[in-house]
Amino acid sequence: METKQLVTPLTAAEVEKLHAGDNVTLTGYIYTGRDAAHKKMVDLLDKGEKLPFEPEGQIIYFVGPTPAKPGQVIGSAGPTTSGRMNKYSPHMIAAGLKGMIGKGEMGPEVAEALKRFKGVYFVATGGAAALIAKRITESEVVAYEELGPEAVRRLKVVEFPVIVAQDCHGGNIYVEGVEKYKR
Amino acid sequence: MRNVNVELITESVKKLCMDANYFLGEDVVEAIKNAVGKEESPLGREILKQILENAEIAKNEQMPLCQDTGLAAFFVELGQEVHIEGGRFEAAIQEGVRQGYAEGYLRKSIVEDPLRRKNTGDNTPAVISTRVVPGDKVKITILPKGGGSENMSAIRMLKPADGEEGVKSFVVETVRKAGGNPCPPIIVGVGIGGSFDKCAYLAKKALLRKVGSAHTDPFYAAMEKELLERVNNTGVGPQGLGGRITALAVHIEAHPCHIASLPAAVNTQCHSARHKEIII
Repeated sequence: METKQLVTPLTAAEVEKLHAGDNVTLTGYIYTGRDAAHKKMVDLLDKGEKLPFEPEGQIIYFVGPTPAKPGQVIGSAGPTTSGRMNKYSPHMIAAGLKGMIGKGEMGPEVAEALKRFKGVYFVATGGAAALIAKRITESEVVAYEELGPEAVRRLKVVEFPVIVAQDCHGGNIYVEGVEKYKR
Repeated sequence: MRNVNVELITESVKKLCMDANYFLGEDVVEAIKNAVGKEESPLGREILKQILENAEIAKNEQMPLCQDTGLAAFFVELGQEVHIEGGRFEAAIQEGVRQGYAEGYLRKSIVEDPLRRKNTGDNTPAVISTRVVPGDKVKITILPKGGGSENMSAIRMLKPADGEEGVKSFVVETVRKAGGNPCPPIIVGVGIGGSFDKCAYLAKKALLRKVGSAHTDPFYAAMEKELLERVNNTGVGPQGLGGRITALAVHIEAHPCHIASLPAAVNTQCHSARHKEIII
């Protein structure tokens, strides 16, 4: 399969070239966050305050890794179910975020925000957590250390394998893919 | 009576926690290898290959297959000729979980209250189901259950008139609605009969069966085969992105029930179908 190689942060022009079903690798810095961190970050945005990182063009990976063993950069680090972030992601995208990585379909409110602000939703293989950990070369907690596995981290990734699931043109692999193979 | 010390229980459970999370069962690996050949979607094949590569890395580096190292669910068969000495039996299992999740660098995913949600910090308490059985052995099975697949499970109190087709439709609908969320290809655990609570227990217990093995009752073996085909015809596919292989297996556990009832439960299990057992 053809693979598109992207480097973070992403621009609107790069996002527009992506379509549901594209095989992509990501290289560069990405941020992590899941339920608890998203709640805190969206509370900040609601109050008109700054996020713990500058969101413009960045990607958030929905992940809560296992603790790193001595000598490891990070423990196993596969994606968590994205639907739980449906409520939060549109606010993050409006603040400048260009992409999310997770697993499972995201809701219509997210699809709308992807169209309006030119964003993209990628999926990584759920449960391929040891394989993904090998593509992470740096990990640093940037906020909410008290949340443990749910803290916001900045990760350096090298050729992180993802698939475009929902694009900025309304494309959705969960709908198109299933339609294609159902009998 | 045969004496079994709680320290042996704790030590065994600690090892089970780590082994279950690092080493994917050979039956599951085989089933995924078979699936690569059957999957028509190129993306689906790519995903299945990643899952196999992941299992290799986890095994070689002794690191968790998945970051969600689960709620530790235990099925215990306690021989009635066994005398547990040196402390409390269930406390010994909990201590094993505490040590296994700490020393094995596994994620702590349990909150102490469902609404107030403070992490207990050591992945306890485990959920333990114990049956007293004949004999002088203790069989302990761990099934670390991830939240993503557990959340897509369902139970329904059908009417006896809904019959076999009612149960089948409920199973297929549950898998279709779950889509990519439970990390397909999944194993579908189905409980039929019993009571409301027993039925859910059966659905989870069904996940312990060897993947690819047929039910011992030909009636249920045929039903499992048909359900697997129907589930795979949903087109959900690996990770829900479309494809032929939505499930690796459907396992049914049935039980006598009330004349007015037909409970059915579906416990969805991700491809990281982890369980390990020890007989002490």
